[in-house]
Amino acid sequence: MMLEFYGIGISSRLLIGTALYPSPQILSDAVVASGSKLVTVSVRREAARARAGQGFWELIKQLDVHVLPNTAGCKTVKEAVTTAQMARELFETDWIKLEVIANDDTLQPEVFGLVEAARILNEDGFKVFPYMTEDLGVAEKLVGAGCEVLMPWGAPIGSGQGLANPSAMKTMRAYFPDIPLVVDAGIGAPSHAAFAMEMGYDAILLNTAIAKAGDPVKMGRAFAQAIDAGRLAYESGLMEPRDMASPSTPVAGTPFFNIDSA
Amino acid sequence: MKILLNGELTQTRAKTLAELCTNLGHGLDKIATARNGDFVPVTERAKTLISEDDQIEIVAPRQGG
Repeated sequence: MMLEFYGIGISSRLLIGTALYPSPQILSDAVVASGSKLVTVSVRREAARARAGQGFWELIKQLDVHVLPNTAGCKTVKEAVTTAQMARELFETDWIKLEVIANDDTLQPEVFGLVEAARILNEDGFKVFPYMTEDLGVAEKLVGAGCEVLMPWGAPIGSGQGLANPSAMKTMRAYFPDIPLVVDAGIGAPSHAAFAMEMGYDAILLNTAIAKAGDPVKMGRAFAQAIDAGRLAYESGLMEPRDMASPSTPVAGTPFFNIDSA
Repeated sequence: MKILLNGELTQTRAKTLAELCTNLGHGLDKIATARNGDFVPVTERAKTLISEDDQIEIVAPRQGG
C-alpha cells in the first residue's frame, strides 16, 4: 500500500532534506537518484538584492517533488506559527514540518510549545508534521491537536547515531498502528533506516547522512535500497529471534548418525 | 526613520511594507514578510504602514532539513 500523508499518496518512503549539499547540482542529482518524492525546505532572511532564495526556489520547482517546509530554529510558539504562515505563502502548501526547539546542543523538541503550536496551526488549516520525541503522552496530545502524521526523532539532528531508543520506537509503532510514523533525524547509515523500516515505520526523513556523504548521489541510492528492503521485510513478517540454535538442515537422515552411540 | 530589518538597524523612507520591499529590490521576488512578529500576507503589504522601531522580517525559500 502506498504511503499517504493527509490523503496524498507519496511513492517513495525516503524523504530528504535539501541542506548541506556540496552544490545545488549534487542536491538535485541526489534527490533524483534516491527516487525521493518529498523534500524539506526552510525559510530564511533574504538580503536586499542578494536573491539567494530565488535560485533555490527555481531548483526546487524543477525537481517536481512534494515540498515540506520546516520551522527549523524556532524556539517559541509565536515564532513557529509566524514562520509556518510565511512558509505557506512562499511554498504554496499547507504542509508544515513543525519544529519548536528546546535546546541548542541537543536540538530536542520543546514538546509543550510543539503541542500548542500544532493546535493553533491545525485550526488555521495547516497539515502539521510534528518533529517530536518518542514520548507516547506527547504523541497522544499531538493527535488530539489534529496531527495525522507523527515524526519522532531517531537521535539528535545531524548526529547520525541511528535509533537511540529502539524499544520506545517499537512501542510507538504498536501504539499507533494507523497513523503514519516517520523517523525524523538522527539516521546516519542505510542500516539504521532499514532497522526502522523493519519495525514498521512508514518513512524516513534524513538530510546530513546523504548530503555529507563522500558521494551524496550514490548514498541517496543506498538509502533508497535500504528503505525498500526494510519495508519489504516488515511486510513479509520477520522471524522471532531465539536464544538457542535450531538446525535449518534436516536432522533426519544425517550421515554417520547412529542412535545407539548418541 | 529607523527600523530593525532582518535583525539589522536600517534607515528607510518607505511608508508601507510593500514600498519597503520594492525599495530593497524585492519587487518580483518570491518573499514572505512579517511585522513585529506577525505574518503579513502579500495582499496586505500595501496596507501595512511602517512605524519607527518596527521589526520587519523578509524571508525567502532556502535549503532545509
